[in-house]
Amino acid sequence: MHYVFEPGFFASGPVHVALAVGTVVAITSAVVGVFTVTRGQSFAGHSLADIATTGGSGAFLVGVNQFWGYLAFGAGAAAFMEMIGIQRRRGRDVATGVVLGAALGLAALFLYLGTQYSTTTGASFTILFGSIFVLTPSTVPALIASALLALATVAALARVLLLTSLSPDIAAARGVPVRAVGAAFLMALAVSVALSAMIIGAVLSTALLIGPAATALRLAKSPVRAAITAAVLGVLAIWIGIVLAYDSFYWPPAGRGWPVSFFVVTLIVGGYLITYLRRDRQSAPQENVDAEQACSPA
Amino acid sequence: MFTGVMVNTWIAATAVAIIAGVTGFFAVLRGSTFAAHTIPNGAFAGAAGASLLGLNPFAGLAVFSVAGALGIAGLSRRSRPDVATALTFVMMLGIGALFVSWSSQYAQEAYSLLFGEVFGVSTDEVLPILVLGALSIAAIVVMFRPLMLSSALPEVAAARGVPPRRMDLAFLLVMALATSMTVPVVGALLMFSLMIGPAAAARSLTARPVLAMTLSVVIALVTVWTGIVASYQSNWPLGFFVGILGAAFFLAGRAYAAIRRDRTERSSDRPANPGLVPG
Amino acid sequence: MTTNDLLTLDHVSVRLGGREILQDVSFGIQAGQFTGLIGPNGAGKTTLLKVILGLQPVTSGAVLLDGSPRSPRDASIGYVPQKLGIEPDMPLRVKDVVSLGLDGHKFGLRLPSRARRELVSDMLTAVGAQRYADARIGELSGGEQQRVMIAHALISRPKLLLLDEPLANLDISSEQGIVSVLGRLARAERVAVLLSAHDMNPLMPVMDRIVYVAAGRVAVGDTDEVVQPEVLSRLYGQHVDVIRVHGRILVVAAPEGVDEAEAAAEDAGVIR
Repeated sequence: MHYVFEPGFFASGPVHVALAVGTVVAITSAVVGVFTVTRGQSFAGHSLADIATTGGSGAFLVGVNQFWGYLAFGAGAAAFMEMIGIQRRRGRDVATGVVLGAALGLAALFLYLGTQYSTTTGASFTILFGSIFVLTPSTVPALIASALLALATVAALARVLLLTSLSPDIAAARGVPVRAVGAAFLMALAVSVALSAMIIGAVLSTALLIGPAATALRLAKSPVRAAITAAVLGVLAIWIGIVLAYDSFYWPPAGRGWPVSFFVVTLIVGGYLITYLRRDRQSAPQENVDAEQACSPA
Repeated sequence: MFTGVMVNTWIAATAVAIIAGVTGFFAVLRGSTFAAHTIPNGAFAGAAGASLLGLNPFAGLAVFSVAGALGIAGLSRRSRPDVATALTFVMMLGIGALFVSWSSQYAQEAYSLLFGEVFGVSTDEVLPILVLGALSIAAIVVMFRPLMLSSALPEVAAARGVPPRRMDLAFLLVMALATSMTVPVVGALLMFSLMIGPAAAARSLTARPVLAMTLSVVIALVTVWTGIVASYQSNWPLGFFVGILGAAFFLAGRAYAAIRRDRTERSSDRPANPGLVPG
Repeated sequence: MTTNDLLTLDHVSVRLGGREILQDVSFGIQAGQFTGLIGPNGAGKTTLLKVILGLQPVTSGAVLLDGSPRSPRDASIGYVPQKLGIEPDMPLRVKDVVSLGLDGHKFGLRLPSRARRELVSDMLTAVGAQRYADARIGELSGGEQQRVMIAHALISRPKLLLLDEPLANLDISSEQGIVSVLGRLARAERVAVLLSAHDMNPLMPVMDRIVYVAAGRVAVGDTDEVVQPEVLSRLYGQHVDVIRVHGRILVVAAPEGVDEAEAAAEDAGVIR
């Protein structure tokens, strides 16, 4: 036990905050992620993290609490993407990409302007990867409240989202406002992702959104089980990642420690790949060559 | 603005715009927007690793670009493509985070690899850029017809002996090649904007492939040249102008397409494409 | 059409992108009737179904349910689409899909209930899908998915069930299975059925009436009344032959360049 949990781990204040906040973020991301992956909106989920991060830089620049910057840019981008509202998946991804490109351009500008006023050479790194150990306890309640709001929204929409994914026509015929529901989900996704990007950085935000959900979808057959499995996987990845990061202060190179993001990402991707080990004898999923559906990566 | 060191900048930037325009046309056509974002960003992680080991960052860029392409293609065989791309993205950046944390002086280089240092291109950097650029274009020209076919009609392509998955991998590798030459110049984030914005705008303006590809290159060139001038004058980063201009061209293209569609629907004697039935 | 029809289409026309998809379509369906919506591809069958479901606005005319216009949240029409656009990893088991037929359109969470579970189970047994109740919907074959979607549509006890080309991608034995399930359930649950197909033959055992659609226009009545060369030729706008062989009916469009008078004279001499 002494080798896994280095002395002082459980007594450490920042560790407590990190574990608590990390758990809430992991659970929210995982549950939202199940619907995100099912609806094929992984790219939107990732882009919103980067865009929200840009908002954080902007807020920092004008001296406003970063929390609002993240939220405003995330929600604004979601609204804009919904307005451009292209129905077919490829068109939607391209629109998302363009919004992302514009936001990244703004990020470049904000970072540049930021360096005019201070020596933030490490800013770009921190922005991409965040630092879960550097949270101030005073922001924690607001963060948790927002995360729970996003979670509650998705839970309330769950059945309707599933029906819409099953068949948008059936949903529309039963009176479901398909477009509005999609917009509401995108907003919940934006809030969830903005929060996680702020707390753990854009990269981990995407990892926690997509990874546990994708793994859970391979393991669980029903929506409830998929959500629970994803949440468990996400929380485990964060906890074990934090423990390892803490331990790694004692690993070479001495005194610095390895980043949490590396551990969490490796655990998540590793967990996903492991699910393929026992299923290797099954045939790969059919090539779905419906031209509308063929979302090849390249 | 047009003398001395700036000449290299103009040459390099022009080459990058042409590559981005051509590659981006296919990326948009094939719906590989996410991959176009992932491969350059992953490449950035590789450069960090190379610099850590004391190697030429260029080599790290190339290795990680290719690794990214292979990762995306490999995972896509069993998973949804966007999930495969997302997981590849986070894995490469996670490794990148590790490398950066081990190296003590990488932070400034990180900025330039993300956002580009186009104004600092040296003469001996221009040549490899031109060579690799020419190679990427040559590869695309050679693959043009099977690539077009497998992008537009995957079933037909498969029936004609063009395996879609092999084309996927081939295209991703071309994107990796293009990326490794452009990231040092315009940065990872910028390469993405240059690939997607102009190509997306071109697609809204025309459906004819060769014309769209040409327009894509033209718009990319206009974007980059305007960006360089603006960046030179204001000292603001090039990435900002490229990102905003890319979005502006895209919106203009969509507006044009919407107006043209409205005018078509008003003329009642033209038979409509049954595929356009809404609902 | 009579005034106590369950479903009434009253001079419905739909014009899209400059083209008349449906022209002056009128017919009625009565409670419990099994109607085939037959016609070639592109004739307007899917558009017609979408009009009835409220997914496609009409350019003129009206769609009435029980005499009054359809309201958006009307649960009295069940719908089985031609294809489900789902991926294999969709986290829904067959029993989850059928359960969504009861309340998939509602917001909020609900607690599991034994009554609901039994209802779902009974419905699955009725369509013959009980043995794969725990399988993922994405892993089923076309025919199996059809049964599940029929259960999904019927579990909320609609008065009218619409199916869009349910037999299109099935092999012969699956086809027969679906037709017999539908016929049996329609009688048992007293549900009117409107089912679109491009081949009427598999439906002959269960079909009460036919609405034949071609080129945006319809001819309505019994099979014997409607499937006649004169009626169909008028619909198609070109000469059409009807061939009956071994109890099967084939509708064949004449090749281009056939002289109308010559063809009619030939018909007069054909022995049926």
